[in-house]
Amino acid sequence: MRLDVILRIATKIFLPFIFMFAIYVQLHGDFGPGGGFQAGVILAAGIILYTITFGERKAKEYFPEKLFEIMIPIGVLIFILTGMYSLIHGYNFLDYDAISHHGTHGQHLGVLVIEMGVLITVSGSMVTIFYNFINRD
Amino acid sequence: MILLTLMAIVVIGIIRFKNLFNIIILSSIYSFLMASILLVLDAVDVALTEASVGAGISTVLMLSTLYLTKRNENPPIHNQIWPLLIALITGALLVFGTYGMPAFGIIDTPIHNHVGGEYLLRSIPETGIANVVTSVLASYRGFDTLGEITVIFTAAIGIIAILKKTKTKSKAKVK
Repeated sequence: MRLDVILRIATKIFLPFIFMFAIYVQLHGDFGPGGGFQAGVILAAGIILYTITFGERKAKEYFPEKLFEIMIPIGVLIFILTGMYSLIHGYNFLDYDAISHHGTHGQHLGVLVIEMGVLITVSGSMVTIFYNFINRD
Repeated sequence: MILLTLMAIVVIGIIRFKNLFNIIILSSIYSFLMASILLVLDAVDVALTEASVGAGISTVLMLSTLYLTKRNENPPIHNQIWPLLIALITGALLVFGTYGMPAFGIIDTPIHNHVGGEYLLRSIPETGIANVVTSVLASYRGFDTLGEITVIFTAAIGIIAILKKTKTKSKAKVK
């Protein structure tokens, strides 16, 4: 248990940066490499790191299993509802020009929203899969 | 070239080792090398995905699978000649196929003259998104991305259905 000290301190130091990097990859996807998928995986990796170092019980206090289970369908729903929104307004499915008429604003917003959907689904599924594996001993 | 040689060494290691833990770590190294190669080829998005998914998450998931099973590989039950033969023939065919490919980096190949240039020209005026990969993934091919996250959704639901301990089951175990 005493050897864990290095791991614990390192995890504590690194975790905020991992989450920060995930958010950066998510929001910077328009300009640099990245997007919802990569950001979701990095976010999930941070949570998995926390679970491995600090144990299952403590992790589930901060990152409850139910939340991540709910996140899986919510992301898909966000994606589909964005498509439906443009469908209702008389555009094609997933045509983001329906969201705003000021030049490319609609495209920007639409991409931001669906990337958020992707992030939610991906991180939810990864963490849920991991939790299900470690619950199974 | 160095990266490809290292990858070949890692693959030989994967074949030689019988301990599954070593194999998982080696496949993680393989993914990292693959990510470096993609980075050299200027495919930054794919490299990021390969590094995070291939080397990160899938290693963790395989390790947690290992936790539920045995640590060592079973000795093969069947004769190993046939798989080797099939692998050699497939490899030879693939190498033969590369002779039909155009030389690396030539501009007037179908792959450079299809829709790619169109996307590069139209992406910034139409969507205002500087990263063309993102605009293609999220805007021009939104349907594809919707399909992708539906696949992830389905996979997660399937794993929950297989692995989830239901309350009735655990109660039955206690009794």
